[in-house]
Amino acid sequence: MKSREYQQIDPQAPPTPTQTPLPHHHQADGVDRRKEPRTPRRKWEVFPGRNRFFCDGRIMMARQSGVFPLTLGLIFLTSGLFFIFDCPFLVKHLTRCIPAIGGVLFVFVLITLLQTSFTDPGILPRATPEEAADIERQIDDTGNTSYRPPPRTKEVLINQQVIKLKYCFTCKMFRPPRTSHCSLCDNCVERFDHHCPWVGNCVGKRNYRFFYTFIVSLSFLTAFIFGCVTTHLALRAQGGKGLVFALQESPGRYPYMPNVFKLSLTHLFTAVELAICFFSVWSILGLSGFHTYLVASNLTTNEDIKGSWSGKTGEGVTNPYSHRNIFINCCSVLCAPMPPSLIDRRGFLPADESAQTSGVDIELPNLNNKSEINVCTQETKGLLESAALSPLLATSCPQGKPQTALSCPDNSPALKSDPSLELSQRRGQAHPNSKTYGSTSPLRTYTGLHKHKRASSHTARLTFDSHVSPDGDHGSKPKGHQGTKFATLH
Amino acid sequence: MATEFHNLQELRHSASLANKVFIQRDYSEGTTCRFQTKFPSELESRIERTLFEDTVKTLNNFYAEAEKIGGQSYLEGCLACVTAYLIFLCMETRYEKVLKKIGKYIQEQNEKIYAPRGLLITDPIERGMRVIEISIYEDRGSSGSSSGSSSVSGSTAR
Repeated sequence: MKSREYQQIDPQAPPTPTQTPLPHHHQADGVDRRKEPRTPRRKWEVFPGRNRFFCDGRIMMARQSGVFPLTLGLIFLTSGLFFIFDCPFLVKHLTRCIPAIGGVLFVFVLITLLQTSFTDPGILPRATPEEAADIERQIDDTGNTSYRPPPRTKEVLINQQVIKLKYCFTCKMFRPPRTSHCSLCDNCVERFDHHCPWVGNCVGKRNYRFFYTFIVSLSFLTAFIFGCVTTHLALRAQGGKGLVFALQESPGRYPYMPNVFKLSLTHLFTAVELAICFFSVWSILGLSGFHTYLVASNLTTNEDIKGSWSGKTGEGVTNPYSHRNIFINCCSVLCAPMPPSLIDRRGFLPADESAQTSGVDIELPNLNNKSEINVCTQETKGLLESAALSPLLATSCPQGKPQTALSCPDNSPALKSDPSLELSQRRGQAHPNSKTYGSTSPLRTYTGLHKHKRASSHTARLTFDSHVSPDGDHGSKPKGHQGTKFATLH
Repeated sequence: MATEFHNLQELRHSASLANKVFIQRDYSEGTTCRFQTKFPSELESRIERTLFEDTVKTLNNFYAEAEKIGGQSYLEGCLACVTAYLIFLCMETRYEKVLKKIGKYIQEQNEKIYAPRGLLITDPIERGMRVIEISIYEDRGSSGSSSGSSSVSGSTAR
């Protein structure tokens, strides 16, 4: 009914009737758009990737936290045991600096770990529908989109070297150089290094320096604790006097326990520390060394494992991003200006854009211009996609999901070979297959937003009704179509 | 300024979107942020080539300034590392400062040059720094939608 009224409006008719259908949506001056009755939502609430957000979008992690709690637990446990059992002894026998150094290292490790886990690694937002359509138009000259085309690539010249850019079917764009799509997080990440289950997040352009500082300081911490524990045990075992001294000291600490048991307790905890540190030190030192090499040659784990620049192809391919100078490479990776987060987690969704589109739709019947109608349909689609329905409404959706699986092999070698990611591989296999994971991601993303479902569906219905359905009450066809979409989400 | 902003809003509300042009990234110098200065054919009738190229070149210069690795960025990086990167929570980074400058520049360009021609540039940061999106609006009337005489509801601008 609403649309019929619009169609009957004579272009020369006075403007006032057109404004009555939407009195409280379309502010005439359009200066303040925040007069929506419902609370504006933030963009993180409709983020299509597989991420978790806390503190109203300030903190983000991958949805699979991996073994991040274990990492935290191990660090706290080992450091705690160190401060409780080793420090008092060593302060008496050696120097007071030991707990100070240990404390500084511990705080450093903790802060950098949290920063690595909670920072946006450099996620690229997905392409808007207009952008995706523009790219499709440039590729598909024939206009044939009935079957899934082969993986698309585009070649660019970087520092006189030919680099192939791949098309990401999930994000609907050509991935910039050094960008890779993480299958676990379902996001394209810039300068993708790897997905680290120990920190529960991807490591990419924005948090690589935090990750590197974390593993370097952690290797110092574990080496330090290892050294202190070894010294502690050595000093205790050095002479009978040491043991006796310990025995005499013990009652002071644990007045109600038998002496022998107290000594065993101390030794037990020290032994636990020793075991954890022994196994950690080698792996973490190894990882630090590996990443130091990567930083010095301006490589990512992904590139190193795939052998992109090692000349596997037989030609003289060298890393085009390297500055050919170790110092400059290190500085450009670790000391470059911090790039901004591109996903604007805490920005507000343009909720009143629906009203604006309706305002524009009023013009539609006055112009017999197909392209405008198509554009407006696209805009409506864009709106709906911004309300977190993008994977479902995009026409290439069925192609998108299998292609995510195809893009997975890009990342799986990285996941398999990195020593820090052995666990992720096991977890990846234990989990529902990442290929199916991709296809269920919109459902998983959306079911987490129960309270916003109605709001977004209401928005979507408004735009559909105003310019697609012939009758005002929620018409059967488009609404039914939409109803189907929502039904699948439930 | 208020009048011009009003005109931009009028552009959005009263004109109808005809097309969008996307200026892609130029990766010839690596992963630093640069946009292609190639003049798109859709804009040929709407704006002069030199104006467009000036805008894109200025934007490229801004981004190069933001990402420049030099003495100052080394100091900032080292200081940040020493403080376990906590200063990023307190300070506005250099990149963010330059992004604000870019936002102001784009708004100024829109008001002075692009809106009178029925065009609108979207800040690349809103598109993930992948493209510069230029929206082309249909001319609604003789003098376009930037004239203050066109009434608020654009349907009369016929």
